[in-house]
Amino acid sequence: MTLNGRLIIAGVSAIVLLGACGKEEPKPAAKAAAPAAPESITIRIGHVGPLTGGIAHLGKDNENGARLAVDEANAAGIKIDGKAAKFELIAEDDQADPKVGTTVAQKLVDAKVAGIVGHLNSGVTIPASEIYNQAGIPMISGSATNPQVTERGYKVTFRVVGRDDQQGPAIAQYLSAERKPKVVGLIDDATAYGEGIANEVEKTLKAAGIKVLPREKGTDKTTDWKAVLTKVRRGNPDAVFYGGMDATGGPLLKQSRELGMKAVFSFGDGACTNKMSELAGPAAEGMICSQAGLPPQAASKKFLDAYKAKFNVEPILYAPFTYDAANLLIAAMTKANSADPAKYLPELASISHAGATGKIKFDEKGDRKDAEITIFTMKGGKIEPTAVLQGGKSTKFDDFIKAAAAAAAPAAPAAAEPAKDEAKK
Amino acid sequence: MPHVKSQSHHLMRSPVLAWVGIALIAVALIALPFALAQIGTAWVRIANLAILFALLALGLNIVVGFAGLLDLGYIAFFAVGAYCYALLASPHFGLHLPFWLILPIGALVACLFGVLLGAPTLKLRGDYLAIVTLGFGEIVRVFLNNLARPINITNGPQGISRIDPVSIGGIKFNTTGKVFDLAISGPMKYYYLLLIVLIIAIVINIRLQNSRIGRAWEAIREDEIAARAMGINTTQIKLLAFAMGASFGGIAGGIFAAIQQFISPESFVLVESIMVLSMVVLGGMGNIWGVVAGAVLLSFVPEILRYTVLPVQNALFGRAIVEPEVIRMLLFGLALVAVMLYRPAGLFPSAVRRRELAKADARLPA
Amino acid sequence: METFLQQLFNGLTLGAVYAVVALGYTMVYGIIQLINFAHGEVVMIGAMVAFTIITLLANSGLPPVAIVLIGTSCAIPVCMIVGYALERIAYRPLRNAPRLAPLITAIGMSIVLQHVAMMVWSRNNLAFPQIIKTETYDIAGASVTNIQIVIVILCLVLMGGLLWLVHRTRLGISMRATAQNPRVAGLMGVNINREIAITFAIGAALGAVAGVMVGSYYGIAHYQMGALLGLKAFCAAVLGGIGNVPGAMVGGLLLGVIEALGAGYIGDLTDLCAVPWLFAGLAARCAAGEHISLFGSNYQDVFAFLVLIAVLVLRPSGLLGERVGDRA
Repeated sequence: MTLNGRLIIAGVSAIVLLGACGKEEPKPAAKAAAPAAPESITIRIGHVGPLTGGIAHLGKDNENGARLAVDEANAAGIKIDGKAAKFELIAEDDQADPKVGTTVAQKLVDAKVAGIVGHLNSGVTIPASEIYNQAGIPMISGSATNPQVTERGYKVTFRVVGRDDQQGPAIAQYLSAERKPKVVGLIDDATAYGEGIANEVEKTLKAAGIKVLPREKGTDKTTDWKAVLTKVRRGNPDAVFYGGMDATGGPLLKQSRELGMKAVFSFGDGACTNKMSELAGPAAEGMICSQAGLPPQAASKKFLDAYKAKFNVEPILYAPFTYDAANLLIAAMTKANSADPAKYLPELASISHAGATGKIKFDEKGDRKDAEITIFTMKGGKIEPTAVLQGGKSTKFDDFIKAAAAAAAPAAPAAAEPAKDEAKK
Repeated sequence: MPHVKSQSHHLMRSPVLAWVGIALIAVALIALPFALAQIGTAWVRIANLAILFALLALGLNIVVGFAGLLDLGYIAFFAVGAYCYALLASPHFGLHLPFWLILPIGALVACLFGVLLGAPTLKLRGDYLAIVTLGFGEIVRVFLNNLARPINITNGPQGISRIDPVSIGGIKFNTTGKVFDLAISGPMKYYYLLLIVLIIAIVINIRLQNSRIGRAWEAIREDEIAARAMGINTTQIKLLAFAMGASFGGIAGGIFAAIQQFISPESFVLVESIMVLSMVVLGGMGNIWGVVAGAVLLSFVPEILRYTVLPVQNALFGRAIVEPEVIRMLLFGLALVAVMLYRPAGLFPSAVRRRELAKADARLPA
Repeated sequence: METFLQQLFNGLTLGAVYAVVALGYTMVYGIIQLINFAHGEVVMIGAMVAFTIITLLANSGLPPVAIVLIGTSCAIPVCMIVGYALERIAYRPLRNAPRLAPLITAIGMSIVLQHVAMMVWSRNNLAFPQIIKTETYDIAGASVTNIQIVIVILCLVLMGGLLWLVHRTRLGISMRATAQNPRVAGLMGVNINREIAITFAIGAALGAVAGVMVGSYYGIAHYQMGALLGLKAFCAAVLGGIGNVPGAMVGGLLLGVIEALGAGYIGDLTDLCAVPWLFAGLAARCAAGEHISLFGSNYQDVFAFLVLIAVLVLRPSGLLGERVGDRA
């Protein structure tokens, strides 16, 4: 027994030693930062998305958006609590896998990040948000559209993208009002996103008394859609909605024209990109699709130029949203004059911010309040905004811009104020 | 069998030493999460995943390692267990059964699925068996992904959220609790739970391996026809392998659902099956400790790379030359290749495999 | 009837793609009973190389067919080198190892190849240049494009060429000798290492052609495109009897047709409204013209796998296969 007892003590002390070594690791960084510039604080912002795997290109695009915001904030020389704030983006890869997502979330919590931009997929965002919620760290997703993300009553969970049940009804409304189809075919890619948005479109169309064909499905890796399309063609639809991403939507559109289908094709934001015309060629002409918020080309030309200048590519899809998400975190911290999540969270919840995707306010769940949904049409190989839907009301895009310009005239000084404040500091 | 016996004799020679060794390991395992938490709670979570995968690897080892039946759809049983737990303890159906009740149910249902898979594949061998099991895994996943209409059973790709965390005797496992002023976080509690389950699983596996059934599996693996000639009911014994293996998967799945509190079909794709198989093969098929080591290694290596790739690059070149996520995957792939080239029978091959390898030396000139 | 014919054409094209990839699996399996799980990645590399060349030459003024041919002839040698490298690095050292060891190295090499491709060609979905103009023909009410026709013909030609190679040439004889008994073949003066390496290279060359086919037909390339394609083709090869050249062909075409018909008709076959007396509760909804299908096109993979399992249960070594691997 005594032998065992001693061994236990030895073992425990060894482990304590080990632990002590482990503890010391993060310290040098903090120490090094502190004496070098006594008047500065480093604020870490985490970004998580899949950087490897099938949608890695979207993950990288998201990361770029957040990185741009952080770099701009650093260049602007923001001061928080009287000290120069240096923002640091910690970008992680969650591989679009919920298991990895929770591990990475914990890693960011361990690293004491002040806020999170991400994750990309709803399926990863939901389990990861449990961890952020326990740690009390605010999280803003720029692309998770599943209603469940914000339906669990977590105070720290936000998103700047439109929910499935905001976007789906909008595109369905536009489709039924403008194109007046009698029969609509519905296809999705059997993912949480694709099926979710297609379900909402189906509900709205049925409520409008439009006949909907039985749902057809592929997968998010399907390239051959001809069998499914042949089946849809048999029902003679005037319009088809596809819930899925551009990587599958492009081939789908191309093959539908090869099969001689004449129907109008419509898509959600996942396939609302210029890539569609590259992938589908001339077949993409005339397709319609929706995006949450206002398009960056209308809301903020500045974002597009800055993104292109910095990364030498065009933003793919959700970069404006993650750019906004990161900016929202930074703006809330600036306003609260603190990077402590508990202190700046109330500011974030009540923020009103003019971002790259339009005006952003949160409702009590953490979703965008009065979100606009913009409808695009493919013209000459580029998606062009054609209409803006807000609260069930559809406005032609040009009219909306004019109205916004008129409204902006008196509001302009108010918008410029925060900028001045920053300059003063 | 002489090999196994001689090993245990070796250990039995000095019981004091054996007990001391066991005590040391026990203390280390108990203290491990505290040490890991010092580096970061993320490492406790990684350890939990490693144990979860060790459970899976042990289950798959029964089928692949003991009975020699190649199974590429093993993750299906994990999925079945996870969905059992999710459906019986979440607001989805409004059911909230206790953890200890669901776990056996999950194991039983997974067990049934094991028999379901085993039955049509009894006559198949080698690569043909592999493809059927692979198909089975995909079929289960596709069903989970699509059983949302016409009647909503699994909630489809949206997954099931707000799953109850484990709660035993009023202690909730997802929150931080205190024992004598010692803060024990949620992941730590799960660590101890998983550790207990793993120890039970290892004991069961050791008992199985040295039992009549274990010997029958080995006989089938080595020569099915001879085994039948010796009076082994190969049909029953093979089905038993599938069923036993599957129930381990079911239990692991149940715990996984409780820890994650959210599951969706995308967690149960083919790549996961292949990952578990890699753990079994890399660790050493048929060797219980080897398999556990394989699972721990393949769970930790990618995460260690995640933490080290960027700092190492910064230290060497002053900046990141290759994006860390890319080089992480590259190194992981290369590690798999290197280990197998260096130790073709796995890191810790079982005694029987080692003999086999030596015998097969001159089969094909390399 | 038109719909059925259309689905048949859809399935045949898809099946022809599977068949060409499956030929790569079956060649390698035929000679050393090894499943080259990294073959899908070879196909991907083929598509990627062709993508680069075709994009470079797209505006050069050369006739489109010539550009595609140049692209293919660049992709083939690259893939052959990759195939050879795979054999040397990942498989040859493990020829005497337990059967599952090369499986793990194959997975490792897949990961490496994918991420090398990711570094070279980015993680974006690449739009394969559509330089050959798509013409649509109408055959008895079904639409078929020129590319579809070329794919099916090319697939038949490749299989014919392969059969000729295996059965009518000196190389083929030594390959078959190696397959039957490597040691005796070695004693007879066959350089079996060379034969095996050549087999890998030929399989990889077929993979390159398949890659170009997939790229130009679907118009998209991605660094992970090989994984699913490889898996389906592997199923096709097993369905036909792995190791058997016509088997890969039959398996591929059959799998394609099964998938197309599955997607097209499962919904109709499981339509609860077709048997109204069985589900009286649904009568009102059915009368409104709704179709309540138990299963739909989302189950096409399930359907394909069930057929595969059924075939293997009845014929444990595939449709045209003979030999059975003994151990896992």
